Amino acid sequence: MMVEPSLVLFYLASAITLGGALGVVMTRNIVYASFALLAAMMGVAGVFLLVFAEFLALVQILIYGGAVVIVLLFALMLTRLEDFQNLTDHRQWPIAAVISIGLFALLVTAIVTTSVRTTEPQSIDFETLGETLFTQWAIPFEVASLVLLVALIGSIVLVRTDGDRD
Amino acid sequence: MIELAHLQILSAGLFAIGTYGVLARRSAVLILMSIELMLNAVNINLVGYAAFVDFDEATRSFGQVLVIFVITIAAAELALAIAIILRLYRNRSTVNVDEIDLMKW
Repeated sequence: MMVEPSLVLFYLASAITLGGALGVVMTRNIVYASFALLAAMMGVAGVFLLVFAEFLALVQILIYGGAVVIVLLFALMLTRLEDFQNLTDHRQWPIAAVISIGLFALLVTAIVTTSVRTTEPQSIDFETLGETLFTQWAIPFEVASLVLLVALIGSIVLVRTDGDRD
Repeated sequence: MIELAHLQILSAGLFAIGTYGVLARRSAVLILMSIELMLNAVNINLVGYAAFVDFDEATRSFGQVLVIFVITIAAAELALAIAIILRLYRNRSTVNVDEIDLMKW
């Protein structure tokens, strides 16, 4: 039996995602962790593409690849980098590992014991998505833009040094 | 054939790794990255349901709309959290969350 190419690509994207995620939580160097985060986000974008969520894949690459990782690297640049070369985990990390493995087991049990009526993966085209977003979800969309504005002004106020006051 | 369960298990794995990162890491920046991982796990789940579950035509795109909102809120949260971390670093010259215990107890 031939293995389907979409499934192979899905496993590849999943491996990139989970490998990147493990890189974020395992590495000792915070700059490597940022790049591992970038890899994980690109893997997620690949998964989005494979289930026909093209718009979200583009948004994922633009926001995470273009903004989030850059902002994180800028934050590292503005703090002293040598503090981050040799990170140590909390001494109670085995408890954290047990909790997260338990959480994973719980979630997988919930997934395999629940049956959902599914269909073939269906694409949602840009037009439908845009129309829904700007008609039915227009008010939440505007509120979200207000939230972004307030968050950005708030962060500018937070990092302003006291000397700037006039 | 990709099925919904594949996406759900990937999402569960990503969420568990993110949880480990939040609990075990000590740098605030790394905790922030782990939170981003957890938010992405949620996004994978939402996209999976939107693509695979047998919704009618009018409600099919809601899952993806919710993902857009999650990404927006994640970006706002990241901007604020980075600002707080920079401020914290300036005041305490550390971003180790074990040493930031002023409001503990």
